[in-house]
Parts: sequence; structure tokens; C-alpha cells
Amino acid sequence: MCLCRTLLIQQIRGSSNAILVKEKKPTNSLLITKEEGLVLYEDMILGRSFEDMCAQMYYRGKMFGFVHLYNGQEAVSTGFIKLLTKSDSVVSTYRDHVHALSKGVSARAVMSELFGKVTGCCRGQGGSMHMFSKEHNMLGGFAFIGEGIPVATGAAFTSKYKREVLKQDCDDVTVAFFGDGTCNNGQFYECLNIAALYKLPIIFVVENNLWAIGMSHLRSTSDPEIWKKGPAFGMPGVHVDGMDVLKVREVAKEAVTRARRGEGPTLVECETYRFRGHSLADPDELRDAAEKAKYAARDTITALKKYLIENKLANEGELKKIDDLVEEAVEFADASPQPGRSQLLENVFADPKGFGIGPDGRYRCEDPKFTEGTAQV
Amino acid sequence: MWGILRRSAVDGGGFSASSLRRTRFALVSARSYAAGSKEMTVRDALNSAIDEEMSADPKVFVMGEEVGQYQGAYKITKGLLEKYGPERVYDTPITEAGFTGIGVGAAYAGLKPVVEFMTFNFSMQAIDHIINSAAKSNYMSAGQINVPIVFRGPNGAAAGVGAQHSQCYAAWYASVPGLKVLAPYSAEDARGLLKAAIRDPDPVVFLENELLYGESFPISEEALDSSFCLPIGKAKIEREGKDVTITTFSKMVGFVLKAAEKLAEEGISAEVINLRSIRPLDRATINASVRKTSRLVTVEEGFPQHGVCAEICASVVEESFSYLDAPVERIAGADVPMPYAANLERLALPQVEDIVRAAKRACYRSK
Repeated sequence: MCLCRTLLIQQIRGSSNAILVKEKKPTNSLLITKEEGLVLYEDMILGRSFEDMCAQMYYRGKMFGFVHLYNGQEAVSTGFIKLLTKSDSVVSTYRDHVHALSKGVSARAVMSELFGKVTGCCRGQGGSMHMFSKEHNMLGGFAFIGEGIPVATGAAFTSKYKREVLKQDCDDVTVAFFGDGTCNNGQFYECLNIAALYKLPIIFVVENNLWAIGMSHLRSTSDPEIWKKGPAFGMPGVHVDGMDVLKVREVAKEAVTRARRGEGPTLVECETYRFRGHSLADPDELRDAAEKAKYAARDTITALKKYLIENKLANEGELKKIDDLVEEAVEFADASPQPGRSQLLENVFADPKGFGIGPDGRYRCEDPKFTEGTAQV
Repeated sequence: MWGILRRSAVDGGGFSASSLRRTRFALVSARSYAAGSKEMTVRDALNSAIDEEMSADPKVFVMGEEVGQYQGAYKITKGLLEKYGPERVYDTPITEAGFTGIGVGAAYAGLKPVVEFMTFNFSMQAIDHIINSAAKSNYMSAGQINVPIVFRGPNGAAAGVGAQHSQCYAAWYASVPGLKVLAPYSAEDARGLLKAAIRDPDPVVFLENELLYGESFPISEEALDSSFCLPIGKAKIEREGKDVTITTFSKMVGFVLKAAEKLAEEGISAEVINLRSIRPLDRATINASVRKTSRLVTVEEGFPQHGVCAEICASVVEESFSYLDAPVERIAGADVPMPYAANLERLALPQVEDIVRAAKRACYRSK
């Protein structure tokens, strides 16, 4: 724990912007209080049970298409998102169920969305890879890797614009999550440049799980140390153990505070691992069993549980599982109806007048039969 | 004139204020040099539209290469940096994918970006964001997140700029549900449609034309008013006629109007439709016109296969087949990447003679 902090301070000071790292020492020298610990634990357990349930439901045929599970990486999501407020934004990739849950979207809404039901957070129109929630500022859910990074940079841009041009009291930050494979994509570098240039309040979080489907990070990257790419663009680059939620949380606190103060972006590389394949269709044959076992031994949930019990922050009884929440979500999703036929043509445009002019020459939206759907489906 | 009266009757209204205005516009544009009416270049029209929208709504900002200090690669954003400052007029690095995505993200979060592409050919480096994160978002999020963004810039062929700078993207963008695609011709079109686009809550692809920027058009007092907007999804009948319908958009409107003059000398009265809006396409106006004239010639500058003309022909054949007296005619650019040599370039683009020939072909077939 101490070694990581020293490394962290050195790396931050190594960049062109020196930061004073204030070490707040709680009186009892623990990193978290009991309440915080329980929040973190519950969030990670929710993420894990939810993803396990997704696998079960997929093999039973209730869920379909592409489903990418987050097992093993919970520390990153919980570590960062539990520090954010409701008005801060999160942008993710296709591996976004747990990011949505951590941000506050209800398990019911996410499960219904995965089942393709009308009660889902996107009414069944988005699916596993496109979790959007305006209320919780979960801005997606993108299928193309690297696509979310410019969108997140734009959301951070808006926060700065609101403060400087619209003169609103806005210190919202944006957290962009993406993987190691994305770090070889052009858009990533374009956004590192612009974020540092305009000092945008954004945190770029690399969930380096060493594998992009079957392509090992070491095979595809000339310099595999991703955190180094931050200082090349004028922002701090930090490497943290992504299997330890407390370490991730400490780094996240620094990065979020920096962004809120207007000092600009940070690049955080979290070394983590996904216990399952890339998606539920991935046979996962290329990864070494020994590597999997090594990371399974560093499971973030067992580590946090051990920390809480050893430091007398909670006992076994308080750390009971929350399976019932996930099971209730499944029941709710099962019982929900599928979207109606007329929903096919809705929401293409925010201004439906633009949907066109019907055969009688009037705007389609003025036609009383508009919501019945105009295509012969 | 009678065409407009009949169309109003079809619309179910009598002489409403809007149809009166349409009548007046038709009269204004039929006269090229009306005494006492003002003229405005397309460039000034676009500049004034962006200026007025920026001053009316502080959430509107401009982003693109050379839009600020250089005053705009084609001077469309001239003077905006001095007026609004660098916080609202951003000179971006050469990062189409990056800044387009940033514009989309800013639109997600509530701002109204106007993203300029130096030419729409460069938008190909950013097309993922235009289509996947802008066009599809309102649908994917079931209406939670709309994207009030405008992508604008010159589209189509210029003069001698070669294959990689001359493609017309109307058909590509117009095939995507979730996008609105506009193509102005005159200064009034440019002003009205750009203002409507900036105010629109959906992503709009605004296809200008470099060769039209310097052209002057007469402009009415209404069009100079700061709340002037044209409706998205409605075409304009530039010239009334009764023998053949010719539809087109952008620079080709000028060519078609010249062709219509030539045809008039030979006794063929052509009805010229300026599409203005490629998506949504004003199928009602096109079909009503074809039902009146019974012949269709569609003209565009882009590649022929899967083009805008193909869609219009399909729509007319589907909806007005029994009214047609001749096969539908399609005039498009040549099916080759744009050559550089001036004479080859002229051969690769529709010229007035080609349009006249096609219209005559459409008229004589049934005789």
C-alpha cells in the first residue's frame, strides 16, 4: 500500500504539472470508514452477482446478441464511480453493465434492457452495449472502441463551457472508461491532445485487462506501459493496481479533485483482469490457466472483505450477499412486456416533424395514426 | 402561380399566410434583378445566420479547422472570433474524429455545436461519430439523449480539386435514419435552412457548395429578419411548369434553371423543384408535381449508383406510376472518381446541355 502511494506521488510530480499530494490521514489511519466500506462492498457484490446472472440468463435464451461481462474488474468501476456525484458523467464501452449500475441505474432497468423489454433503461432499443441514462448521466454504452472517448471529452468540454461562457456554477467531471486495445486507436491520442490543450475536467481510465478479445496487449503495442502516454501530452499518467479497490479509490480521489479544481485531465492505467471471456460467445482458449489463477487469487471482493473484517469495520453478518436484488430484477424483467409495434418508428428524431411528410402532404406527426406505425411490419 | 394555388387546395388550407409568402418568394426568385430588392452572397447569408444564432443562444458555438483566426477556410465564419471570443469559436487541431466526437459529446450534455468540416470529404475520417454516436443516439437511448448538432461544410465538386476533394455525400448521409440532411441553393435557402438546422434538436448534415459561396442572390426583407427559418423537409418549386418535372439540389439548381430557360424557348415548360431537404425528402411535392406533368427528370452531381436521384425515381415509380407518360430520367455525375483535367472534369459533371437533352427525351417519348 505504501509503495504504491510513493510511486503515485513520483509519477504525478514527474509530469509538467506538479501537484501537491495532500495526504489526509484519518485519525485511525484506515483508508475508509465503515459506511464507505459497506458502500464499496455492496456495489462490487451487486456488479458481480449481476454479471453472473447475465451469464445464466444468456444460456437460457433470455438475453441475446453480444453480451460482455465485467467479472473481475469491479474495483475500477466502484473505485471511480462511487466518488462521483449524480451530475458527473460516465462514458463507457460495450462492457458497460456495471458502470451503469455503479452510476445509479437500477438493476431492474438494466436487466430489462438486456431482456429487450419496454421497462429497460432505453426501452429495449439500446441493448447490452448501449446503456444510456440521462437522469444518472450515463452517456453510453458504445460498441466501437475509442468511440466513447471523444464523446466523454465533449461532455467535459461542456462542463468547462458552462462555467466559463454560461457563467454557471459547474464543476462536473467526466470519467471515460476504455480498454488496453483502445490505446492503439487514433481517437485516443486526438482526445489526450485536446483535453490537455483545453485543460478539460476529464479522467481517462484505462482498464488494462491485458487482452483485446484474443489479442494480447504485449503482442499489439510497441510500448505496453500506457500510463507513460499521459506525460507525452502534458498530463499526469498514473499506474495503479486495478484489483484493489482501495488503491483505485485513492488515485481516483486525486484525479477527480484535480479535474474539479480546473487543473485538467489525468490518465489512469488500472491493471486489472476479466475472469470471463471477452463476451459470452468467446471460448476464451488463448489465455493461460496459470494467468487466470493468479488474478483470481487477487479477487477484489475477497480482498475488500478481508480488509473490512480484519480492520473490524464490519462482520460477516453485515456482509451478506445481495442476491435477492438481482433475482428480483430478473423477475421484474421477465414479467415486463416487450415493446409495442409502434415503438419501432419512435424516437428516430427528437423533433418528429423531421420524420417527414406523409403521402397526404402533411407532417407525419400531425397524422393521428402516427403512433400506430407507418411501415408495414 | 396556379400550381401554388392548386397545391394549397391539396394541402387542405385556403390562402394561409404561409402560402401567400410562398407565392411571393416564387415571384421574387423568378425575377433575377428586381429593382430595389437587396442581394446577398451565399457566404454572407451563412455568416449572418451563424452570427444571429450565436447571439441569440449562448449554447451555440463553432468548432472546426481554421474557423477562428484564419476567419474560416472559405471565410464563412469571418468576424465570429472577434465578436464572440475564443471560448465560442474554436480553432481545432487536425483531428476530425476527435473534434467531431467532442462536438457530439457536448451536444449530449446540452450545448449546440456547429461543427465545420473543411470539406465533407474530410468528414469520412469522422463518419463514425456522425452516424454511430450522433444519428443513432436518440433512438438507442429511447429519446433520453438527443443531439442538437450541425455538421456543415462544402460538399461536392469544386473546380479542379481532384478526386479526393470532389465527392458528393448527400446520398451517403441521407440513407441514415436519425440524420437530417439539407442542401441549400440560394442565399435565402442558406440563411433559412442553417438557422433552422441550428435550432433543430436533431443532428443535421448541412451540405453547402464551394462554388456557390460567392454567388449573389436577391433576398427579401423577411429572409433578413433574425427569426427567419425555413421548414426542414419541404422542397421549393423554383419555377412553375406543366410539361416535365425536373428535381435537383444545390449547385445543380442553377444549371437546371438555365436549362429550363432553354427548354422554354423550344416550347417545353419545365417545373423546377429545388429539393432543399434531402432527408426527409419532400416526396409529396415531387409526386404532386409529377402527377401534374407526367414526366420526371432528376439531376444531381454525385455518383449515379444508389444516389439521391435513384431514391426519387423509386419513390415516383412507387407512388405515381400510373401518372407517368415517359420513363423516369436520371442525370448524375459520371461513374468515375473526379478527374483533374478541366475538360474531363466538365465531362464528368452534368451540364446544361445534358439536362436539356434529357428533358426533351422525356417529352418526345410519348409523341
